[in-house]
Amino acid sequence: MSAIRNTFGRVSGLVPFWVWCLVWLLAAIAFGFIGDEVFSDELYDASITTLGYVMMALGLNIVVGFAGLLDLGYVAFYAIGAFMGGWLMSAQFSDRDIHFLVSDVTEKLPGIHLNFFLVIFLAAAVTAFWGAVLGAPTLRLRGDYLAIVTLAFGEIVPRVFELSESGLFGIGSTNWSNGRQGITPVDKPFAPIPGLDEITRLDITPYFFIALFMVVLVLFLNFRLRDSRLGRAWIAVREDEVAAAAMGVNLVRVKLWAYAIGAAIGGFAGAFLGVYRNTVNVDQFEFGFSVFILAMIIIGGMGNIGGVIAGAITLSLFERFALPELNPLTQSLIDFDITAISFGIFGFFLLAMMILRPEGFIPNRRRKMELHEGEDDETATGPGDESLYAVRG
Amino acid sequence: MRLPRVPAMSRSTRLGGEVMADLLVATNVTKRFGGLTAVDNVDFAVPEKSIVTIIGPNGAGKTTFFNCMTGLYKPTTGKVTFDGKDITAKPPHVVTQAGVARTFQNIKLFKTMTVLENVQVGRHARLKSRITGMILRTPFVRREEEEVERRSRELLAIVGLERRRYQDLASSLPYGDQRRLEIARALASDPRLLLLDEPTAGMNPQESDELTVLMDKLRTELGIAILLIEHDMKVVMGVSDHITVLDGGQKIAAGNPQEVRKNPRVIEAYLGSQA
Repeated sequence: MSAIRNTFGRVSGLVPFWVWCLVWLLAAIAFGFIGDEVFSDELYDASITTLGYVMMALGLNIVVGFAGLLDLGYVAFYAIGAFMGGWLMSAQFSDRDIHFLVSDVTEKLPGIHLNFFLVIFLAAAVTAFWGAVLGAPTLRLRGDYLAIVTLAFGEIVPRVFELSESGLFGIGSTNWSNGRQGITPVDKPFAPIPGLDEITRLDITPYFFIALFMVVLVLFLNFRLRDSRLGRAWIAVREDEVAAAAMGVNLVRVKLWAYAIGAAIGGFAGAFLGVYRNTVNVDQFEFGFSVFILAMIIIGGMGNIGGVIAGAITLSLFERFALPELNPLTQSLIDFDITAISFGIFGFFLLAMMILRPEGFIPNRRRKMELHEGEDDETATGPGDESLYAVRG
Repeated sequence: MRLPRVPAMSRSTRLGGEVMADLLVATNVTKRFGGLTAVDNVDFAVPEKSIVTIIGPNGAGKTTFFNCMTGLYKPTTGKVTFDGKDITAKPPHVVTQAGVARTFQNIKLFKTMTVLENVQVGRHARLKSRITGMILRTPFVRREEEEVERRSRELLAIVGLERRRYQDLASSLPYGDQRRLEIARALASDPRLLLLDEPTAGMNPQESDELTVLMDKLRTELGIAILLIEHDMKVVMGVSDHITVLDGGQKIAAGNPQEVRKNPRVIEAYLGSQA
C-alpha cells in the first residue's frame, strides 16, 4: 500500500500541480460529453448527484478538516440552500409575481422566479450568514460539546422548515414549505444565451456541466483559502488555540469565517441539488446526511482536498450502486433489506475509520501526525492547557 | 480593535544612568483562583529596550503573572498598560497587535506545520489581506505573502536555525531548536516587548550561552525589550538589567542583579527559612 503510494507520489511529482488539475478536469469534461452514451443513464445521473456531494464534502472539510471544528449539523445548510432554491425558483409564493432572467415559459408562472445562476450565489450568501449565526454560540465549545450543539442545530433547522406551513415560528401565515410535502416543482436552470437556453429534464447533460462548473469554483476557493493567511490561521487554531491567539489570531473571527464559508458552500450545493431533484423536501434533510458527508471526508482524509474528493465520489457511488447490488444477497440470506440501514452502514464506516485509520485513506501529512500524537507523546498537552482560555471568563 | 489611550503616566525607570520610559506597566495586579491568590498585588514595570527578569521558586506565580500580562488570564484586580495604552484583560490577539509577543513554558508550537509556516502564522497580526483579496490573490496579497516568507526566513536566520530544516515539521526539531523556533515565531509579529517563559529550560549550557547572546542582540540591534522568566542563574545574572523576585504571589524584592543577589529575603525564599 505504502509502496504504491510512494510510486504514485514520485510519478505525480514529475508534473506540476496545475497539469494534474487540467488532466482531471478534461477527464470530467470528456465524461460529461460521452458519459450518457457509454455508461448507463443511472450512472450519469449518479455522477451529477455525486458532484453535488463533492461540493458539500469540500465545504464541510473547511470546518472540520481545516479549522478542526467538528460539525455534525451540516445538513442544516443543505436545507437552507435548497429552500432558497425552492423559494426563489418556484410558484410557492404564488401571490408574488417576480421574474428575473427566466425563460418565456417560466415568465408566465406566478410566484418568485429568479435565474438559477443568481439563486445559487444568493443561497451561498444567505447560508454563510446562517453559518455564522449558528456558529457564534458554539465558539467557546470544544470537542464533544461542539458536536452535540451542532447536531442539535442540524435537527432544528429542518424541523423549522417542516413546521412553517403557516408562518415562520408562527409569525404571519405565509406557507414557507408545504410541510412534509415540500416545494415542487422547481424551475430548471436557464441561461439567457442562445443555444444554452434549452435545458430540459429529458436531457440531463447540462446539469453535469453546471455542477462541474460549481465544483471547480468551490475547489478554487478551497485552494486559495488554504494557502492564505486565513488558511494558516485555521490550521494554527486547530493545533493549539492558545498559541494561535498569542500569535495575534482573532479566534472568534477565524472560526466564524470557517463556519460561514463552510456553510456557504453547503448552501451553494444545496440549491443546486434542490433544483436538480426538482423538489425541496424536509425528508431529504436527515441527520444521516450529515454523517454521510462527514464519513466522506473522514474516509478520504480530513484536511486533504484530493482525499476529500475521492472519499465523496466513493461513498456517493457506494450508496447508489453497491448497496442495491448487495441487497438481493442479504434479502435471500437473512431476509433483510440492507438499503434501509444505509446511514447505519455509513455510521459504522465512520466508527471503523476513527478506530483503525483516523487519518483516512489519503491522509494529509499534518493531520495524520496529529491524530497519532497522543499514542507516543503523553506530555504533548497537559490538562492545564485546555482550561487556560476558559479561566479568562 | 483600537485601544483607548490613557493619559501619559510619567513613569520611568533609571537604567545605568540612562532614563528610559516604561513600556509595560502593571499596577496592583492580583489574580485569584477561587481561594488561592496566585499573584498578589504586584507592581511592575519594563522600561524600553531593557531586559527584565522575574525569578522565584516554583509556584511563585511567575507564569500566572505572565498570562495576566498577555491576556490569557484576566487579572482579578489591577491594571496593565503597554506604551500608555490600557491592555488589561484584552484578548490575547489584541495584546499581540499592540506589540507584545510571547513564548510558552511548555513549548506550544504548531506541531504539524513546517518550521517556516510556524513563523508565518506568527506574522498574522501584521497582515492586512482581506478575504476577497485572498480568494482573488490580488497583487497586494501576493506581495504580502512574498514579504511574509522573506521576513520569516530572515527571523529564522536571526535565531540561528539551519536553512535545511525550514520545510521540516516543527515537531521534528530537537528541543533547543524548538525553543528558538518559538522565539522566531514570536518575533514575527514585530513586537516591542518579548516575553520569554523559561527559554533555556531543557537546553545544554552551550545552547543557553547562545540564547543569552541572542537576547542581547535582540535588545541592541532590534531595540526589543525582553521580559524573562528564568531559573538558570547564570543566564539571569548575565543578561538582566533588573530583577523582580516573586514568592507566594508577592513581590519580595526588586533591583539590579547585585542587589537581588544579596537580599536576605531572596536568599530565604530560595533556601528556606533555616538558612
